[in-house]
Amino acid sequence: MADWLTPTEWDALRLSLRVSLWATLCSLPLALLTAHALARWRFPGREVLNGLVHLPLVLPPVVTGYLLLLTFGTRGPIGSVLQDLGIVFAFRWTGAALAAAIMAFPLMVRAIRLSVEAVDPRLEQAAGTLGASRAWVWLTVTLPLILPGVIAGAVLAFAKAMGEFGATITFVSNIPGQTQTLPSAIYAFLQVPGGEGSAARLVAISVAVAMGALILSEWLARRVARRVAGA
Amino acid sequence: MSLTVTLQHRFAGFDLDLAFQAPPGVTVLYGPSGSGKSTVLAAIAGLMRPDHARIAIDGTVLTDTTRGLSVPPHRRRLGVIFQDGRLFPHLSVRRNLRYGRWFAPLGSDAASEDAVVEMLGLGPLLDRAPANLSGGERQRVAIGRALLSSPRLILADEPLSALDGALKAEILPYLERLRDEWRVPILYVSHQPSEVTRLSTTIALMRNGRITRIGPAAEVMADPALAGAGRDAGAFIEARVRAHHPDGVTELDAGGLPLFLPTLAAAPGDRLRLRIAAPDVMLAAEAPGQISALNLLPGVVDGIRQDGHSVLVRLMTDAGPILSRITERSARALQVQPGARLVAIVKSFSHDAGDIGSAHR
Repeated sequence: MADWLTPTEWDALRLSLRVSLWATLCSLPLALLTAHALARWRFPGREVLNGLVHLPLVLPPVVTGYLLLLTFGTRGPIGSVLQDLGIVFAFRWTGAALAAAIMAFPLMVRAIRLSVEAVDPRLEQAAGTLGASRAWVWLTVTLPLILPGVIAGAVLAFAKAMGEFGATITFVSNIPGQTQTLPSAIYAFLQVPGGEGSAARLVAISVAVAMGALILSEWLARRVARRVAGA
Repeated sequence: MSLTVTLQHRFAGFDLDLAFQAPPGVTVLYGPSGSGKSTVLAAIAGLMRPDHARIAIDGTVLTDTTRGLSVPPHRRRLGVIFQDGRLFPHLSVRRNLRYGRWFAPLGSDAASEDAVVEMLGLGPLLDRAPANLSGGERQRVAIGRALLSSPRLILADEPLSALDGALKAEILPYLERLRDEWRVPILYVSHQPSEVTRLSTTIALMRNGRITRIGPAAEVMADPALAGAGRDAGAFIEARVRAHHPDGVTELDAGGLPLFLPTLAAAPGDRLRLRIAAPDVMLAAEAPGQISALNLLPGVVDGIRQDGHSVLVRLMTDAGPILSRITERSARALQVQPGARLVAIVKSFSHDAGDIGSAHR
C-alpha cells in the first residue's frame, strides 16, 4: 500500500468510504419513496413529513447526534429493542453510517424530488394506455427519466456523508479504527502536537472528494433537465 | 366492434350528459372546443372518473359506476393517440413503437411491426430520438405505437391539431389507410371539417356536453340545420375516378354525374370523397349555356335554413346531397323552396387541397 498515508490515516479514509457507501445505499430506497410522496401524493401530514426530512439540515448536528444517542443508544427505546436482536449502533461504525445517512437524507430527497417533479405525468398516463401497470410504468418510464437526478442525489449524499462530523462524534464518539471517520481523524490530529501534516493530507482528500461530487452531481442534474425537456 | 357509452359528469359550470353507440368504422366526435369531446375520450380510456357512466366494448364492460366497476387504463386495451404525441423521450422511435407490445396479451392478432413501419413510412426514423423528429413525424410514430399495442379500439384526441396545414395533409392519408387497411375501429375527436370529411363513417355532433345528433357522416354533414358557419358548412360526395385527360383535368363519376377537377393523384377506379364548401356552390334555375365552371349538378331542393340574410340550401342530386349558401336576395329571385328543381354549379378549382380523400371502402 502507498506510504503517503500512515496506517491511522488509511483506517480513517477506509472507514469513511465504508460508512458513506452504506449510508448512501441504505437510504436510497427510502429517499425514492419519500421524494415520490412529497412530489406526487397529497396526504395528511405531508408538511410534517417534509419538515422532518429537512430537520437535520437546520438542527445543530450535535443535537441530531444526541437525539440519535437517546433513541438508538443501548438504553434508548429503539436501541434496546435492536440490541436484543443483536444489532448495535452506538459506538460502532454502523452508528456512524446511521448518523451520516440521516444527515445526508435531505440532500438526497431534494435532488430526487426535483427530478420527479420534472417528469410529465402525461407520459406515465400514455404508458398506462399502452398496457403498462403502475409498477411497469415506474420502472420503464419514471425511473429512466429521473435516473440522473437519483444518481446526482446519491453522489451528493455520499459527499455529505464523507464530511459528517458533529452528529457522528456525538453519537459514536471518535474511536480509531472503529468510529474515527475522516473528519474525526482530522479533528483528532489537530488536537496533538505535530499532527498538522496528517491533518493536511486528510483535508486535501476531503476537499477533492467534495469538489468531485459537486461537479459530478451538477453535470448529472443538467442531463436530467435535457432529457425531460426532450419530450 | 361496437362501443356503447352512457356518461354523466358535472364540472364547475359545465355538465356532461350523453349516450351514444359507435358502430364499426371511424366515429368522429365533432364539435367546438369546450364542448366536452376530449373528456368523453378520457372517460373511455379510464383516465378520468366520471360521476355516472357505463362504457362497454362489445360484451366487455370497462366502466359501470352503478357496480363500482372501473377497469384500470392499462387493462382496457385501448390505443390512445394524444394531441401532443407523448412519445417517451428516453426511448428511440423503435423502442417507442415496441413499448405496447410487451404488454399485449400473447396470441392477440397484433399488427406486424414491419407492416406498421411500412404503412407509416417510419423506416428511416427507427433509430432516431423523439426530440429529433418533426411534429408530423412524431404523430406518425404515435399512431404506430398505438396500433402496435393491438388495441380493441383506437381513441384519437385531435391528433392533428398541433400541426400546421401542410403537415395535416401529410398525416391524413395515413389515418385513411389505418381506417381502410387495418379496419381498427376509431373514435376520433375533432373540430376540423376537413378531418371529419376525410375520415368519418359516423359523426356524433357535440354541443355543450351533449350529443345533438349522431348518424352516417354524409347525412349529418349535409343537414342544413346542423351546418357550421362560413366554410365549415359543406356536404361531401363520393366519386370514382374515371379518367385523367391530357388537358390537366381529372374526370370523376359521382352517382352517374360527371365531375371535373384539376389533375388528382389518384388512379382510375379509385373512390374518393370530396368536400364541397357551401359558399363555393352557385345555384341556377337551369343549366347555363356557356360558363367556365365545369361541374353542373341538377337536383331538387329538400332543405332550407335561413340565417339572417343568408340562406343555406340543400339540393339532392344524383351524386348525393349538396349544400349551397346564397343570399336572401338570390333565394327570392330563384324562388327557392322545397321541391324546386335547380342546378348546383361548382368550379373545378374551388375545393381546398385537404378536402379530397379516399372514400371508406
